[in-house]
Order: sequence, then C-alpha cells, then structure tokens
Amino acid sequence: MIDLQHVSKTFRKRDETVDAVHDINLTIAQKEIVAIIGPSGCGKSTLLNMIAGLYAPSSGSIVYKGARISDVNTDVGYMTQKDNLLPWRTVRDNVAFPLELSGIARGERGARADQVIAHVGLDGFAHRYPHELSGGMRKRVCLARMLLYGAETALLDEPFAALDAQLKLAMHDLLLKLAAETGQTIVLVTHDLMEAVTLADRVLVCTRRPAMLALEQRIELKRPRDVLNVRFTNEFKELYDALWERLRVEYHEERL
Amino acid sequence: MTAPDAEAATGDLREEAANAGPRALGSGFMVTCQVLLGVVLLLVWQGASGRLIDNFFISNPLDVGMRLWAWISDGSLFLHIWATVYATVMGFIVGSVAGVILGIWLGVSPFTSRLLNPYLSALNALPKVALAPLFVLWFGLGIESKIALAAVLVLFLVFLNTYAGVREVDQDLIDGARLMKATRAQVITKVIIPSAMSWMFAGLKISVPYALIGAVLGEMIAANRGLGYLVQFSGSQFDSAGVFAVLIVIALLAVALNLLVEIVQHRMQQWRIVGR
Repeated sequence: MIDLQHVSKTFRKRDETVDAVHDINLTIAQKEIVAIIGPSGCGKSTLLNMIAGLYAPSSGSIVYKGARISDVNTDVGYMTQKDNLLPWRTVRDNVAFPLELSGIARGERGARADQVIAHVGLDGFAHRYPHELSGGMRKRVCLARMLLYGAETALLDEPFAALDAQLKLAMHDLLLKLAAETGQTIVLVTHDLMEAVTLADRVLVCTRRPAMLALEQRIELKRPRDVLNVRFTNEFKELYDALWERLRVEYHEERL
Repeated sequence: MTAPDAEAATGDLREEAANAGPRALGSGFMVTCQVLLGVVLLLVWQGASGRLIDNFFISNPLDVGMRLWAWISDGSLFLHIWATVYATVMGFIVGSVAGVILGIWLGVSPFTSRLLNPYLSALNALPKVALAPLFVLWFGLGIESKIALAAVLVLFLVFLNTYAGVREVDQDLIDGARLMKATRAQVITKVIIPSAMSWMFAGLKISVPYALIGAVLGEMIAANRGLGYLVQFSGSQFDSAGVFAVLIVIALLAVALNLLVEIVQHRMQQWRIVGR
C-alpha cells in the first residue's frame, strides 16, 4: 500500500548539507504494523514526514495506494514526537478537532471525543487545557485525537516515549486492539526494541545518519498478542536478541 | 512590533493578574501621598504664577479651573469632547478592522506580502501626520478627515502586530490540521487566527492612544470642534488658561481610555480569549 522507491532526503542549511535518509526501498502492506528502530537523530522522523507528504523526497518517490504523494497525505493520521495540540482548546475540543473539521455536529463529536478520552485513561481531564497536563498526558490526548480521526494509516513517532511502564503497556494493548478492529496500517518509529517487537509484524533497523535499512526482521508472533506476557516467550527472546545484536553494532559505531 | 509578553506570561499567574489591574496603585497611604503631591504642585504653580513666571505663559490653577467651569456650564466642552471621542472610536474601529484583515491576508500570502513589502515599508516609515492635508482634501473639514487620520495611525500598528502574529504561528500546528483534511479557510479560522489572537490584542492595545493622537492632531490642523481644535484655538488667542484647561481634559480622556483597555483585557483573560 505504501511504496518507497529509492527515497533519499538531503537538507541544505547554507553551505552545510545533511543526508537524513539515503536510498530507502520499502513496501508496506495494508493492515501491516511496521516498526522502524534506529539510533536517535538517524532520520526516522524524516521518513515519516515524507510519507505524510510534509516533506518531498530529494530523490526517489513515495507511492501511496497507487498514487505518488505530491501534497499533504490526508489518508494518514500522524502523531508527531512533539504534541501538536492547540493550546487554546480544551482536551475535549482538541480531540474532537478532526470531527469539527469534517463538519460533525457539536453534540455528537463531544460524545465521541469523551469515549476515546476514556479509552486513553484521561476521563476527568476533558475540560483541562494542554498546558495543565503532563507530557505523558498530552501524548495520550494526541493518541486519542488520532484514534478518533480514524485514518486508514497511522504514523506514530515515538508515541509512548514519555509514558511510565504500566501506562505504556495499557497503550500498547489499546493500540493493538484498535488496529485489529479497524484494520489500520501502522508505521511506528521508536527507539524501544521491546516495544517494536511487541507490536510489529515487521521490524526495520536503520543505520545511523543517513538512514538506510540495515536489517529487516519479520515478527511471526501470533495475534492477538498479550502485550504483557508475549515478552516472556522463547520466540520473543530469540527475535529480540537477534535484533539487539544488530542494534548494538549501530549504537557502538555511533559512540566511537 | 510588540510581542504579547504581558499576555503570554500570565499562564499560571492569572490569580495574581486578577488582583492587579487598575486598583494596584497601592494602599490608602500611597493614595494620600499622591493626592498631597498633586495639591503641593498646584500650590507651587499658583504661587509661582505672576511672581516667578509671567502669568501669560503658565496661567494659574484658579484661572484654568474657572475656564473649565465656564466651558462645562455652557455645555460647549461636552460638544468638543464628544467630537474627539467619536473620531477616536471610529478611527480605532476602522483602522483595527482594516489592520487585522490586511495582516491576516498578507500573513497567509507569502507572494503578495513579498510583492508589497517595499511599498508597505515606505508607507510605514512615512510620518502619518503628513497625510493630514490629503485627508482634508479627500474627506473635507468634517469629522471624516479626523477619523481617517486616526484610522491610518491605528492601521499600521495593528497590521504589523497581526502580520507578525500570523507569521509566528507554529507550522507544525498548521501541518497537523492539514493532515486532518482541514481546508485553507479552516486552517485560517481555526488555527491561524486563534494562534495570532494574543498578538492582535497586543496591537489593538498599543494602538488605542494613537487613535486619540490621530483624532486630536486632525482637529488641530483643520476643524471647528473637538479638543484638538479647542487647544489650537486657545493657543492662537494667547489664552494660556484655555490651553491648560484643554490639556487637562485630553489627559483625563487618555487615562480613561487606558483604563477601558485594561478592563477589556482583564475580561478577555477571564474569558480565555487571550492569555495562554
């Protein structure tokens, strides 16, 4: 469904050129959950920005459902690293924002927003403003907004980085349930290998900048997965160790 | 351009801001001291007049008070005040509406704003008072030319602040809305305008005194009513008591306008229109 062909991205800042992404070929199938993992600052976010149509690739092309992306891709829900909440809106109005944009009546969108707000464990905070919430709570508001938007593809850029372990598990569970329910395609960028293996059908390991695909690993763990216990199975451990070995090389090189 | 620091910084300090405001001058003791200082200054003025400095130049408080009383009792003062207030308010409204529209329009149209940039810079650098004769030609000696002068002064201040506010809008918020299928109109009304709101209000706030300046200046140049006309007329009659009387009225009017702005701003923060 998403097809990246020889995609590269170079940023120019005055005389300096930075290669963020280099010659990536990648095909993502519908309903697939793909996790991209790699050292921080390696260009993973740039990759998501290009799939969202916010950046154009310097060379190569990205095809989404048979059409080349040339403008903002409105079929994706994008949860960026930074929480892009509107500071002058309450949690509920932020979550309901996509429904408001598509012209759904106030009463209905409020009710639907309250539902997902409860899903992400923020009941009682519907009338708060983003600046009154903690970083982790703001992330959950973004997640709720994206869930309500119900895009066919979700791009998640380190969505659970600021959450505590327990909440992270609850969010993993929620994400997998909803993905199974709605058949969403998910592209997840993370630096947490445990999270990547728990959630994904396929894990891609990026090299340090410029991002190239170093390794691709299918995760053949059966679904539905028990996010809490899957990590204690032998299959999980083998996959985890194999990936970790490769990641260690990347991180090690970076430190030198 | 003025950053909306005062508004932006209030986030957690809203409680304190609510207690501040016009009444923050201080305790009764300070008010007493301030009144005393005023009385002393008036006494010094009265004493110096005719002894140290010629009464012709500085008049004296008694004459000024008598002149004020005469204008109040024959009602002419209110006619002049009304003319000035009307020109100030109308000029403020016309100028701020035009400034906000222009600021938003140019803020979201990079091509047009670059195209018009040198012309707008030149117009902004031009002392707007120099346009007064032109406005008299175009709009006549009546109130319209005063409104025009006040409006032009307001327009540029509001325009520059609105424009800066629109350019300051976080691009990520715009991108986020566009990904959620927002149309261009929705991006402007639901993201750009609310985001630039505190800048717009900062522009409106600082332009209020300029509306008064524009109105008074317009009246000084050519008019038959208004406080600007009155101060100009008194001066040309070598009537220093009259000049001082009008100056006091203009000062009181300016203070009243500032108080009004503070009250409006306080309300805005309570309604959470600005100040986050």
